[in-house]
Amino acid sequence: MSTLEIKDLHVSIETEQGTKEILKGVSLTITSGEIHAIMGPNGSGKSTLAATIAGHPRYEVTSGSITLDGEDVLEMGVDERAQAGLFLAMQYPVEVPGVTMTNFLRTAKTALDGEAPKLRTWTKEVREAMEQLKIDADFASRNVNEGFSGGEKKRVEILQLELFKPKFAVLDETDSGLDIDALRVVSEGVNRAHEANGMGTMLITHYTRILNYIKPDHVHVFIDGRVAEHGGPELADELEEKGYDRFLAATA
Amino acid sequence: MTNTPADQAEKVAGVEVGERRISIPGMTEEGENLAAETNQAAEHSHGGLGETKQLTSGIGSRANRHTGFDVAGFPQPSGREEEWRFTPLKKLTGVLTDEAGQADAAEHRVTASEDVVVSSLAQGIAPRDSVLQPADRAAAVAAKNVDDALHVSVPADVEVAEPIRVDITGAGAGRRANSHIVLQAGTHAKAVFVLEHRGSAAFNGNVEVIVGDGADVKVISLQRWDDDAVHVGQHDAEVGRDASYKHVAVSLGGAVIRLNTNFRYAAEGAEAEMYGLYFADAGQHIEHRTFVDHNSPRNTSNVLYKGALQGASARTVWVGDVLIRKEAVGTDSYEKNQNLVLTDGARADSVPNLEIETGVIEGAGHASSTGRFDENHLFYLMARGIPEKEARQLVVRGFLNEIIQKIGVSSIEDSLQEDLENELEIAGF
Repeated sequence: MSTLEIKDLHVSIETEQGTKEILKGVSLTITSGEIHAIMGPNGSGKSTLAATIAGHPRYEVTSGSITLDGEDVLEMGVDERAQAGLFLAMQYPVEVPGVTMTNFLRTAKTALDGEAPKLRTWTKEVREAMEQLKIDADFASRNVNEGFSGGEKKRVEILQLELFKPKFAVLDETDSGLDIDALRVVSEGVNRAHEANGMGTMLITHYTRILNYIKPDHVHVFIDGRVAEHGGPELADELEEKGYDRFLAATA
Repeated sequence: MTNTPADQAEKVAGVEVGERRISIPGMTEEGENLAAETNQAAEHSHGGLGETKQLTSGIGSRANRHTGFDVAGFPQPSGREEEWRFTPLKKLTGVLTDEAGQADAAEHRVTASEDVVVSSLAQGIAPRDSVLQPADRAAAVAAKNVDDALHVSVPADVEVAEPIRVDITGAGAGRRANSHIVLQAGTHAKAVFVLEHRGSAAFNGNVEVIVGDGADVKVISLQRWDDDAVHVGQHDAEVGRDASYKHVAVSLGGAVIRLNTNFRYAAEGAEAEMYGLYFADAGQHIEHRTFVDHNSPRNTSNVLYKGALQGASARTVWVGDVLIRKEAVGTDSYEKNQNLVLTDGARADSVPNLEIETGVIEGAGHASSTGRFDENHLFYLMARGIPEKEARQLVVRGFLNEIIQKIGVSSIEDSLQEDLENELEIAGF
């Protein structure tokens, strides 16, 4: 059983207009096997939270803490966080020219596990995971994300999620830009990883659509860099019906 | 002509260019000149061979560039000429001076099996000068000042299994060397020629390659000079009917390297390719100029040069000319240059020029990209657990491997991998 704990997190970015505080005191605790949906309007800081957990250099933590089973995540490098069991499925996965998917997946798996995967079982595992996510076999020989469509990039993120078996996954708007078939395929992948590895999940989304496929235990409404309200799945239903107006009016 | 999806294409002078093959709307037999209005020297052809070329298009056309054997036809460049504007002339240490080389300034050693004929060709003895037409002062100086050209010939129908090696070793920095090499493959011959440059010299080297009908020829030119070497050179090939020709230039070591690699066709049905890989460190100037002359119908060409740069004042230049002449109907041609700038202070120039004088072609495309090492690449790979140093190496190695894989000689590929590892070590990656 693992715990990812975020306490009173304040995060700023440098902009041309100066320093801007994006997260203004976020507290959140996720344990293994739980699915937390983070919902909120654009610009409320959801993606900042995701990128900060992964350690993107653009985001500066000014106060607060993130710990994984008591270990200080903020002291870890980007690679160390992944090695510790954190995974960020990115909203905009990056194209890496010259590096094939096969090479990338094997290199990452080796770095995460501290030893190279056994070639035969690994190759089979990759192939099967690709089939389940309906990713063409020829993607293995293509460069990472190069020329992939938006939907293909998201599937490849979930492919990694399934292969790398993290303790906690942060899915940053994985559902955006997906048609309904792709959404179902991607959701099934997340559910499989959840079942297989007891993964804790932070599901960041703007829409409730994905919650038809991935059932959250907890829902957090993000407004202006803070969690405005915690609740169960019923909170998502309310958002579906009434939108964010109630919360936005409260801060206005 | 192939179609390009409109949403993928950018347009240059009304013609779609980019990663994909282009289509040329409204082009028939008229032709269009896409070259920059450059190369003023072409206006006054010196006619070194005693013939003045017909003007087929504008003064900037590659078709009108002066070529010839008369050194006087190529004045000492000032640096303002289109062909010389990127080159650090002051660092050329005399390679443009019309003088004989010093004895033993650069040793040439040929390693080849018995079915390969190694001899020399005096001035005026064929097939010397049958392919290479000096296109700048350097090449004219080398052609004139080498009494005996090295001639390495593979007879017709002979397939040579092992690479034929010409090891060229400079005796020391500033030692002036002129070199002229004629590589020949007869009809249906098959051979790989490896020119490996090491040591140091002020080296001026011409290479002409005669590719017989149906022959299959690779020329691998490795520039692995010491840090203080200067190398200027022109490598010209004429590719026979239905032949296959591949030139790979790998430039890693040397203070200044300036290579002009060119080919044209003797007839139809040939496939010719030029590949290049370069890695420039601080203070290095590495310049490659390629010219594909589609001078006859139904031939295929492909050019891909890739370079990495690191360190202050690291400098690379690629100028790629493709000329599809009016008679070259059915041409299929593509050229691309990609540069990866790893650190601040480095500079890569990339100039693709495509001239098309007939619209009746299969395809003609060009592309160029110069990108910085992207911190987002690094973040993505590290977010998957890959340590920073390994992530950087992964990206650079992946980028350059595409060219190494074209060499097809595993011993050379392996040793180049090692060289690249060393280059990356220098960068602190």
